[in-house]
Amino acid sequence: MTEQREFQTYTVNFGPQHPAAHGVLRLLLDLDGEVVERADPHIGFLHRGTEKLLEHKTYLQGVPYFDRLDYMSMIAEEHSWVLAVERLLGITPPERAQYIRVIFAELTRMLNHLLFLAAHGLDVGAMTMFIYAFREREEIMDMYEAVSGARMHAAYFRPGGVGRDLPEGLAERIQGFTDSFPGKIDEYETLLTNNRIWKQRLVDIGVVSKAEALDMGFSGPMLRGSGVAWDLRKAEPYDAYDRVDFDIPVGKNGDCYDRYLVRVDELRQSNRIIQQCLQQMKPGPVRHEDFKISPPYRKDMKQDMESMIHHFKLFSEGFQVPAGEVYAATESPKGELGVYIISHGGNKPYRVKIRAAGFNHLQAVKRMAKGHMLADVTTLVGSVDIVFGEIDR
Amino acid sequence: MTELHQFIQNHGLALLGPQWWPLVWAFVWTLVKIILLITPVMIGVSYYTLAERKVIGAMQVRLGPNRAGFYGILQPFADAIKLFCKETLIPQGAKKAVFFLAPSLTLVPALLMWAVVPFSPELILADVNVALLYVLGVSSLGVYGILVSGWSSNSRYAFLGSMRSAGQMISYEVCMGFTLVPVIMLSGSLSLKDVVESQRDMWNIIPLLPMFVIYFISVVAETNRSPFDLPEAEAELVAGYFTDYSAMSFGLFFLGEYANMILVSFLGSLMFLGGWLPPIGLLSFIPGLIWLLLKAGFLMFVFLWIRATFPRYRYDQLMRLGWKVFLPISLVWIFLTGLGMHLFGKA
Repeated sequence: MTEQREFQTYTVNFGPQHPAAHGVLRLLLDLDGEVVERADPHIGFLHRGTEKLLEHKTYLQGVPYFDRLDYMSMIAEEHSWVLAVERLLGITPPERAQYIRVIFAELTRMLNHLLFLAAHGLDVGAMTMFIYAFREREEIMDMYEAVSGARMHAAYFRPGGVGRDLPEGLAERIQGFTDSFPGKIDEYETLLTNNRIWKQRLVDIGVVSKAEALDMGFSGPMLRGSGVAWDLRKAEPYDAYDRVDFDIPVGKNGDCYDRYLVRVDELRQSNRIIQQCLQQMKPGPVRHEDFKISPPYRKDMKQDMESMIHHFKLFSEGFQVPAGEVYAATESPKGELGVYIISHGGNKPYRVKIRAAGFNHLQAVKRMAKGHMLADVTTLVGSVDIVFGEIDR
Repeated sequence: MTELHQFIQNHGLALLGPQWWPLVWAFVWTLVKIILLITPVMIGVSYYTLAERKVIGAMQVRLGPNRAGFYGILQPFADAIKLFCKETLIPQGAKKAVFFLAPSLTLVPALLMWAVVPFSPELILADVNVALLYVLGVSSLGVYGILVSGWSSNSRYAFLGSMRSAGQMISYEVCMGFTLVPVIMLSGSLSLKDVVESQRDMWNIIPLLPMFVIYFISVVAETNRSPFDLPEAEAELVAGYFTDYSAMSFGLFFLGEYANMILVSFLGSLMFLGGWLPPIGLLSFIPGLIWLLLKAGFLMFVFLWIRATFPRYRYDQLMRLGWKVFLPISLVWIFLTGLGMHLFGKA
């Protein structure tokens, strides 16, 4: 009997080198004709030992490692780390820094969701979507560059604030972008939302019920797509999120189409948040004024001995963090990105654990794919919005 | 011209004698005509690939190829040279003879069909009186190339791709065949020339609009183009049946596919859009060939337009569309056409 079963299904190795593998996903697919009997996701192709590396880096040196976790939402990952360190230190960043952080966290959400749209479209075969989304991504990338000097791995957030203030003219540029962006979203939607083929491919594919989503530890748009209105920006507001007004889009059926709609609506909400931040933002300092933690001003350094010492100590030894444990989570574009730090005092963490949202979502692929067809697997993988940088860490 | 012809005839007769010369002449003359037909087709194919990249580029707010030659005009040649110079890889465990037979099995039928396509009342290689039947027969041979390529590659992705393709091409062959029936009924002939001439009063697209739509969608599926490009769906099957092909054996599949696309565009304009006939009598000073090229060019553009716009169908949805939607509609329309012909006394 078992032998007969082996003949009925055959195994296909989907990835790690596959155009729709979203990096290095490897899925072992047992196919019965075109129907997926079993989908077994494998991880570990992009393991770089981030958590261990962080134990040997000062808190400031840890920031760039977070850019490289989920390399599609760079600054959002830094956010969790700097919040965790700030909570250990017991400091809050100045108000302007909070607004700048929210602006860039939301720009990053756009960056991520645009890539989701692009890649999801490409997976389902709508290749024009890819280029359209990259047009807007390019503008946001330029904003990254303007503010940090790097297009992708910005390393812009710092414990106690941000690297530096917005350069001249950038606020107006972001304002201009947010004015035109809703029109662009409409453009994407005309291409996809009511397209018959797009709906046929997405509706009722990979349905996850409310209870299942909670059981499997979903968060972010995946959870909201299943109808749970949970958003850390509302539930545990951090930085300036309690001062802005926005809605949480929620799905109904928990299928790929709902997740798509949720993400498209989140693009609009992000746009709203950025606009409000730009209005509320006032001039002021953008880093914590305790120069044991944040770098002294360069102007002072030329005359002031103490500033000089601060600068040297900060960039050689780093700053001292009191002993303790902390968990800080932010609503990253893919879901809850948590950082758990155990500090035994000193300038380096004793142990760091990163909770990546994508890891929990990936495990659900197995359950979602069963009984669907091969073509639906690519839809599912696209809808889950996987980036292996954060899953393997 | 006639002098030259006379000169060749006289010398040929003197050289080979009356027994062999007519045979050799017929052979050589047909060969020349074939070359005269195939060369523009192949040039058309290569520039269609460039047009595709340019048109889709424009739709996707980018430039498309613009490095090789002025405005990218030499891109097809650059591509061809690249494909010729590349190493042809043979996958382990592939059946070598069959593996190399497959690309030509797709290309040859695509070119064979051009034999019966009339470009104007005079310009036609073989004026067969069963041209439509011939087209249907030869086009169904194309599926063998795809089946064989997927099978001989000894790869699962290629195999899945060729299985999908076989199913898809056969089902849409049926749909396409049924859309041609009303055309044949209206013209009362299987010869493409007669089909066009019968549209002198009214283009077939007017009484047969749904048939034209179904014909076009079916040929999009038949040529494995987006949104029906499941056999080569890159997101699912890497490249489908030609995953393991490289260099020119890979290029031949493309040539076949594009030659097919151009061919079905010509057929569509011949059967439904009045071929070389102008839309109104006033415009008949423009040569018929131009009209035909314009109409076929429009259909070819629609191919690209669709590709830039739509997502891909899933296999079962595609089959459902073919068998449960298109087939019944075509059958009903065949009946309605017959009824109409009876009522208006055209038969």
